[in-house]
Amino acid sequence: MRILCPIKQVPETSSVKMDEATGTMIREGVEAIVNPLDLYAVEAALRLRESQGGEVVALSMGPPAAMTALREVIAMGCDSAVLLSNRAFAGSDTWATGRALSAAIRKLGHFDLILCGERATDGDTGQVGPGIAAFLDLPVATYVGGIDEVDAKHIRVRRLVEDGHEVLDVELPAVLTVVKEIGEARLPTLRGKRRARAAEIPIWGPDEVSAPREEVGLNASPTRVVKIFKPKVARACRKVVAKDESAVQAAVGELVAFLKSKEVI
Amino acid sequence: MLTTDKSSHRGVWILGEQSKGRVQRITHELLRRGRELADKRRTDLTAVIFGHAIDESDLREVIERGADRVIAMEAPGLAEFLVEPYSACMLRLLAERKPEIVIAGATSLGRTLMPYVAVKANAGLTADCTVLDIEGDTGNLLQTRPAIGGNILATIKTPSHRPQMATVRPRSMRPAERTAGRKGEIIRLVAPAESLASRIKRVAFQSNEEKHALQDADIVVTAGRGIKKGENVKVVEALAKELEAALGASRDVVDRGWLSYPHQVGLSGKTVTPKLYVAVGVSGSIQHLAGMQTSEIIVAINTDPDAQIFNVADFGIVGSLFDVVPALVKALREGKANDQ
Ligand SMILES: Cc1cc2nc3c(=O)[nH]c(=O)nc-3n(C[C@H](O)[C@H](O)[C@H](O)COP(=O)(O)OP(=O)(O)OC[C@H]3O[C@@H](n4cnc5c(N)ncnc54)[C@H](O)[C@@H]3O)c2cc1C
Ligand SMILES: Nc1ncnc2c1ncn2[C@@H]1O[C@H](COP(=O)(O)O)[C@@H](O)[C@H]1O
Repeated sequence: MRILCPIKQVPETSSVKMDEATGTMIREGVEAIVNPLDLYAVEAALRLRESQGGEVVALSMGPPAAMTALREVIAMGCDSAVLLSNRAFAGSDTWATGRALSAAIRKLGHFDLILCGERATDGDTGQVGPGIAAFLDLPVATYVGGIDEVDAKHIRVRRLVEDGHEVLDVELPAVLTVVKEIGEARLPTLRGKRRARAAEIPIWGPDEVSAPREEVGLNASPTRVVKIFKPKVARACRKVVAKDESAVQAAVGELVAFLKSKEVI
Repeated sequence: MLTTDKSSHRGVWILGEQSKGRVQRITHELLRRGRELADKRRTDLTAVIFGHAIDESDLREVIERGADRVIAMEAPGLAEFLVEPYSACMLRLLAERKPEIVIAGATSLGRTLMPYVAVKANAGLTADCTVLDIEGDTGNLLQTRPAIGGNILATIKTPSHRPQMATVRPRSMRPAERTAGRKGEIIRLVAPAESLASRIKRVAFQSNEEKHALQDADIVVTAGRGIKKGENVKVVEALAKELEAALGASRDVVDRGWLSYPHQVGLSGKTVTPKLYVAVGVSGSIQHLAGMQTSEIIVAINTDPDAQIFNVADFGIVGSLFDVVPALVKALREGKANDQ
């Protein structure tokens, strides 16, 4: 089985600090990590390789620093990796990201399975996986929380939806996007780390993947960010201080009257 | 650049959802958004629903809740969501009827179908929007969504591609009001056989034991880290019980294992829009607010007078929940007794 994992390098969001004045992210001191769900996708791919044989290839589009992310998944066990990195890709929205990644996937040859994270923690759109599937004209199963069976032609997966889970029989080749229920990722081994350091990871631009310049990057992106601002929500709050027992009684009395006046109780 | 001729596209569409032939609530929520946009753009609103044997009175209700037209495209193969037949049918309708705007729910269906269709239609798509508006001079759709863990909001537009597509979070808006007797057109179409091929088969479905108690509730009472210990959940639970409310939790409460994940309200949990939201010992982080700030009435109880939760509240009590909540439960109980 040949499996491809698109992985994205993202800032560690829980440590994100914002510049209050400009409304932009302060990048210094923020650690770059592999998108957590992508590690789960890599884990699922490695398990399939263990049971079915074959190879797992990782692919990332991003700045040169994303090389670190690719080395990390090689250390986990991926066989090889490719980095898509070029100024021409800058400013890509999800449409243009899907376009570039699918061009690279075509270049890399036939895959039985493409395993993505359901969403990345930074963009948080969940659009790239189904987008790749559409560009490659493959079926896609999203929100995959488990793999039940696999053979050369099919994979049977559990797709987690609002009120339960569906069991889907998916013809290969196919794209899956995984959620965390699929199973936690393994840690890199020492041997893996050594292999990762030595690994040759090619860097491709639009020419290497035969993508016309007008179909990548900002120019090819249908959407434009026009404004970035801090969330601001304000209501006129009637604030009552309740320091001692009598104040508590008074505050509670006023609240009950307020709720009655609004007809919620 | 791949662009489209904008002038030939008109009308606002919402993508409704059905289950076993019955139209789902998300459809009615989208009708509220869609109606607003259509009125601003001075155009009409169409609801599109894929399914099989969709209930006629449910379709009439879609009209009564604000659609000028509902297109039900039907076939046994559309009874359940499958990405290929749904997208093939949708692409057909898009090509024939050329809407300017298409809005869907950010549900497991919408978040799968919309990106698949957007690529094939060469359209722009914005996920999980919280605010949708029309830009005055250009008529472009303005799509606002949280980004970078809810720390910022970004407004996005699609200047030269049509249709403009967006998904919005379920429960981020109340369903549109119903006006009995409102007139509109119901169009039932049989899905073309060649659009029904699927390389995916749905072989079984297992439903969850736990239902959406939280999202369906008219009143939600939420426990924050201010409760200090897991066993104190019962303090807040007593209030929830007295108000016949569902119990919510902040992420810090869920992370500590004091309540389970299905209770979590916020960016990485559920969005709720109840009539009344009571936040107890919740600081009001931006991520928590993302899941509840559209509630009709918000009440907060917190010891810290400067807690951010008060900025979104209609009524706040600055005091310890351990004093206020039991007193409130007692007052509500006595109030009920007096009413009888
Ligand atoms: C990417 C990302 C996603 C996130 N998603 C979510 C999400 O979905 N939902 C969510 O809730 N959070 C989410 N968070 C976490 C969020 O940033 C906050 O950490 C969290 O909401 C804080 O929970 P809290 O208000 O219960 O706790 P705290 O912030 O610790 O607040 C506790 C409050 O209790 C008050 N208090 C203390 N004692 C008392 C008392 N005796 N009586 C009354 N009040 C008292 C304190 O004054 C304080 O305001 C997310 C964070 C990130 C980075
Ligand atoms: N720049 C990228 N490089 C490689 N894979 C990506 C990239 N962006 C998104 N992906 C893949 O698409 C998934 C969903 O990302 P998103 O649509 O941005 O939320 C991720 O979990 C990755 O598997």
